[in-house]
Amino acid sequence: MTHSTRIDKTFASLKAKGRSALVTFITAGDPDLETSKKILDGLPAAGADVIELGMPFSDPMADGPAIQASSLRALNAGQCMKKTLAMVAEFRKRNPDTPIVLMGYYNPIYVYPAGKFLDDAVKAGVDGLIVVDVPPEADDELCLPARDRGLNFIRLATPTTDDKRLPAVLTNTSGFLYYVSITGITGAAAPEVNSVHSQIARIKKATKLPVAVGFGVKTPEQVGALAKGADGVVVGSALVTAIKESLDADGRATGKTVPAVLDLVKCLSAPLRTV
Amino acid sequence: MATTKKKTAEKKLNTYRGGPDDRGHFGLYGGRFVAETLMPLILDLERAYNEAKADPEFHAAMAYLHKHYSGRPSPLYHAERLTNELGGAKIYFKRDELNHTGSHKINNCLGQILLARRMGKTRIIAETGAGQHGVAVATVCAKFDMPCEIYMGATDVERQAPNVARMKLLGAKLNPVTSGAMTLKDAMNEALRDWVTNVRDTYYIIGTAAGPHPYPAMVRDFQSIIGNEVREQMMEAEGRLPDTLVACIGGGSNAIGLFHPFLDDEGVKIYGVEAGGHGIDVPNGHAASMTGGSPGVLHGNRTYLLQNEDGQILEGHSISAGLDYPGVGPEHSWLKDSGRVTYVPATDKEALAALQLCTRMEGIIPALEPAHALAWVTKLAPTLPKDNLLVMNLCGRGDKDLFTVAKHLGLKI
Repeated sequence: MTHSTRIDKTFASLKAKGRSALVTFITAGDPDLETSKKILDGLPAAGADVIELGMPFSDPMADGPAIQASSLRALNAGQCMKKTLAMVAEFRKRNPDTPIVLMGYYNPIYVYPAGKFLDDAVKAGVDGLIVVDVPPEADDELCLPARDRGLNFIRLATPTTDDKRLPAVLTNTSGFLYYVSITGITGAAAPEVNSVHSQIARIKKATKLPVAVGFGVKTPEQVGALAKGADGVVVGSALVTAIKESLDADGRATGKTVPAVLDLVKCLSAPLRTV
Repeated sequence: MATTKKKTAEKKLNTYRGGPDDRGHFGLYGGRFVAETLMPLILDLERAYNEAKADPEFHAAMAYLHKHYSGRPSPLYHAERLTNELGGAKIYFKRDELNHTGSHKINNCLGQILLARRMGKTRIIAETGAGQHGVAVATVCAKFDMPCEIYMGATDVERQAPNVARMKLLGAKLNPVTSGAMTLKDAMNEALRDWVTNVRDTYYIIGTAAGPHPYPAMVRDFQSIIGNEVREQMMEAEGRLPDTLVACIGGGSNAIGLFHPFLDDEGVKIYGVEAGGHGIDVPNGHAASMTGGSPGVLHGNRTYLLQNEDGQILEGHSISAGLDYPGVGPEHSWLKDSGRVTYVPATDKEALAALQLCTRMEGIIPALEPAHALAWVTKLAPTLPKDNLLVMNLCGRGDKDLFTVAKHLGLKI
């Protein structure tokens, strides 16, 4: 890719400032479309440097209970791919700078179908994709067509990605590399900071791409500690848990829902801002 | 040389038994759609399986267990009264319900546990729907002294109590799954989550011919003993190959096991019978992925799925917990599109009627799964000539379904 994307620019500008990015994950349409839009709109000011927007799926196999429940809330509230793309398009009108990465599973993209999904994603102002269940072995399906349209395809590297496997993961990855800090699902056990740092150091020897680390990150202390060795820190389960805890007895959004998420993002981004 | 090459290419196109390709594709279907954490392991598994396949000792160990532990070969039985009653094709049952543990599932579990041991894995996980696969996994884990955790939807735990008790007695840890509709699909999601978390020491014994490559091909190979035995047994009984094959399809492991050895025998007509539930026209009221679904990607492979227009997976319905799965093995999807195999649905009611017919006519209580295959046989056989040799895979016995059947028939147990 020759041109610089919104994601490239964001990581470059943060690097110039000498700090890491806070990457925030929410599920599009959780707990309902209107509330989700308000959360999305508020994320940049609250401290999100990059936004991962989950495309809800009925069978999120790599996710823990918090994001499973979040996905289900969105689907039950009527979320679908068209609404998710429209949500990005609306956001993009008001915010020309903050990168949005759509994250999810392949099937809703495949049936959209994929070519049209990529076209519509570009039109909506999406910057990158993370599709958990499309490995490099299937690059011709989605990764290369996405790259041809100027979208970043962000891949996950994991503790099982050894030096032999790493080149396959890096080959067509762009934007940044997402290092999954544990073998496991989202929202699981907290990562062990020292071992994450040594893994990231190993990966950085093989690539110039920024490396963001995620899975199991819940507190500002973890964000601060992980940021010392990484270009970005991803939080997701903690945010959707804040949504869940703000809902009323019938599972509907309350006046507390939007501030609950945005306040948490402020709090999580604080250690990065003070650098 | 050019001519030879061309001939080889043509020959490849003319076989239905050449798949999958080296990336695990059966035409459009199959593949390896899994999270990166699992990829190195999936590639290891493929290597280990290829090595095992080429190792005579591996085959000898399996042959020994088939003969002395599960009781193979299973008989090929001429269902004489049923043949006379239906008045057409000569009906044979492949009696895979007589295997140890009561279904064809043991064929695959023996192969996979031997592979797990070769790979040095120390912990086994599996998903189960009706509990037949779970019981077979728990059985081989008891025999080989390996710790075993089974994921089973909480709904299925309720409706398959006898198999739950068997698994526990065999020493398996049973994990009821409460996400989604709490059935087989959700059990598979949860097993995949366990695998991602414990990837280094854990082997996942998938029960059907689905999932990421190499599972569909591997499970098919382990189940092909069914069709290979039928070939020999039919030659012995009738001096020729069968004309018609029928098997039920959930994920499709018993069916691909029967079908695969016959795919290149042009004269053999092949039928796969899906769960028609309340009827194919009833929205989300059936589990016939191929007859009533569309291609998509789930659980590591591309295949026909029950899904809505947004790509969200539907739960489906069948009276049989073993067929109640929204997908199907990718090789079946390819065989459907290529036209080699004909896939048809049978409803809950038709399966129940067939189960009773078989029980009264032959003194064999089939499981609800093969009762679907039998329901199609009762329609098909009368249209065929008397010299048409029909083989139906009776892949499981009905003991586990007694409560369900009794409830539907209004019997008190």
